[in-house]
Amino acid sequence: MSTVPENLRYTETHEWVENIGGGRYRVGITEHAQELLGDLVFVELPAVGGQIRVGNPCGVLESVKAAADLYAPISGTVEEVNEALGENPQWLNEDPHGRGWIMVINADAGAWDGLLDAAAYARIAGV
Amino acid sequence: MSAGEAVAVAVHRTPLDDWHRAHGARMVPFAGWEMPLHYGSQLAEHEAVRNGAGFFDVSHMRPLDISGPDARTLLRYALANDVARLDGQNGKALYSTLLNAQGGILDDLIVYARGDAGYRVVLNAGTAQADTAHFRNLVVAHGWQVDLRERPELAMLAVQGPRARALAAEALDLPLLNALPSFTAMEGHALGGVFVARTGYTGEDGVEVILAAEQAPILAERLRDRGAVPCGLGARDSLRLEAGLNLNGQDMSPAVTPWESNLGWTVDLRGERDFLGRGALEAQRAAGVRRTLVGLVLDEGIPRHGYAVEDANGRRCGEITSGIFSPSLRRGIALARVTDAPHAGGRLWVSVRGVRQPALVVKPPFWRAGHAHFSPSKEKSS
Repeated sequence: MSTVPENLRYTETHEWVENIGGGRYRVGITEHAQELLGDLVFVELPAVGGQIRVGNPCGVLESVKAAADLYAPISGTVEEVNEALGENPQWLNEDPHGRGWIMVINADAGAWDGLLDAAAYARIAGV
Repeated sequence: MSAGEAVAVAVHRTPLDDWHRAHGARMVPFAGWEMPLHYGSQLAEHEAVRNGAGFFDVSHMRPLDISGPDARTLLRYALANDVARLDGQNGKALYSTLLNAQGGILDDLIVYARGDAGYRVVLNAGTAQADTAHFRNLVVAHGWQVDLRERPELAMLAVQGPRARALAAEALDLPLLNALPSFTAMEGHALGGVFVARTGYTGEDGVEVILAAEQAPILAERLRDRGAVPCGLGARDSLRLEAGLNLNGQDMSPAVTPWESNLGWTVDLRGERDFLGRGALEAQRAAGVRRTLVGLVLDEGIPRHGYAVEDANGRRCGEITSGIFSPSLRRGIALARVTDAPHAGGRLWVSVRGVRQPALVVKPPFWRAGHAHFSPSKEKSS
C-alpha cells in the first residue's frame, strides 16, 4: 500500500505539493507514481529561474522501461531543483516524499487551492 | 462505446499467480496473461541474473507436442530452420522462425527433439493459439498424420544466471544438469517429472524447466530457498535486449522477414528443402535486402520504442523497435529497423524527445559473458 501523507496536496498526474511557507511549494512525485514507473534511471529537471505553467510538462522521468513527463502542479517560478537526483535517480523510488523531492516553486499564495487533498488523491489513484 | 461496455478479455493466470502475489509482485497484463512485472526492483532482479541466479515464471509460453509419422515432415516444411539437424539427437534443441508464405515472421520458437515421442515446440504467449491453428491447417491441407497436443496442464520456469544451473540441479535433485550441453534438454523424476532444457532468454547460462502446474510453486520455493531471486517481465526485457534477442511482436512481425530482423541465421537454405516462405526469402535476397535490424548504443538519452532514427543528413531512415536504459552498460541501447544502415562502427542519430542524439551502430548482442560486447571503434570511423 502506498502512503499518501495528509499534509500534502496532489495532482491527478501523481505529483505531490508541500506548502513550505512564504509562497514556496516543494514538489515531487507520489509513492504510487514511482511504483508505476519502476526503477528510475534518469531525471531531466526544469531550469532554475524558469517559468512553469500548471498542467504543462516541465521535466522528464525515465525508468528502465518507460519515459514519463513531469507536469507542473502549479504555475510559478522554479526557485530550486534537487540537483542530486541527477546522480541519484533511485531516491525517487526509495524516498519519494523526502530525499526524492524534485523542485521548489515560487508561486502566489493560495496557488495550491485547486489541488487534490490526500483523500481525493487516494481515491483517484486507487491506493 | 460508453462506459460499462468494456470488451470482456479473458485473462489467464499462471499456476504461480498466488505465489507471485504473496511475494510482493506487481502484476501487469501481458499477451492475455497476468504476469509479474517486478517484485520490488527491476534493476536488482537484472543484477541478480547477471551476477548470480534469478528465476522467471514463463508459464505464459506454451508447449506444443508434435508427434506421429509425419511430425518431422510438418516441421521441415513449417520452420525456416531445418529440424533434420536434430535427427538422431534426442534432447537437442533448435531455434527457428515460423514464417508465412511471404516470408513474414509469425513467431520464433525453440523445437526440441524427443526421440520416439516426436518433438516439443515452445510458443510465445500471444501467438500460441494462431501458431497451433497454422500447424493444424498445414497438417489437414497436406493430409499428414500428425498429432498436435497442447499442454495446458504444464507450467514453465526459467532459471538464469551464472549460478542458475547449479541451483536448479540441487532444487531438482538432478546432478546431471551440471553436465548438460548447451541447447539440450533432459528429463528428470523430481516433482512428478520435469523436462529441463539448457536454454533461456537472458544471455546468461541457465535452464528452462517444464513441469506439472501444481508442482510449480514447490520449485519456486526451492529455488528461492537456495538464493535464486524471483524476477519479473521488466528484468526479462532488459536482459534479453542486452543479449540482443528479439521480442516477437515488437522487433519482428508478419510484416518483416528474417533477413530484416537479424535472424538470417535461422534460415536454412541448404539443399532443396521446400519450406514455407522459402521462395519469398530467396527472391528478397536476390533483389537485395535494404532494411535491416541493427543495434544502437547512445552516450546520451534513452531510446524508446517508436522513436525515429535519422541518417547523417537528418533524413528519417528507420525507427526504434526496442529501446531501454541498459542496467549493465549504464546507457541507452536499442534495436532499430533501418533502411541502408551503415556497417557496425558507423553512426546514426535518434530523435530523443526532440533532441538529435548520436548513436553507434553495433551488431547485437550488446552484452555477453559479463562484459560489453561492442567496441566504440572511433579510430575506424574517423
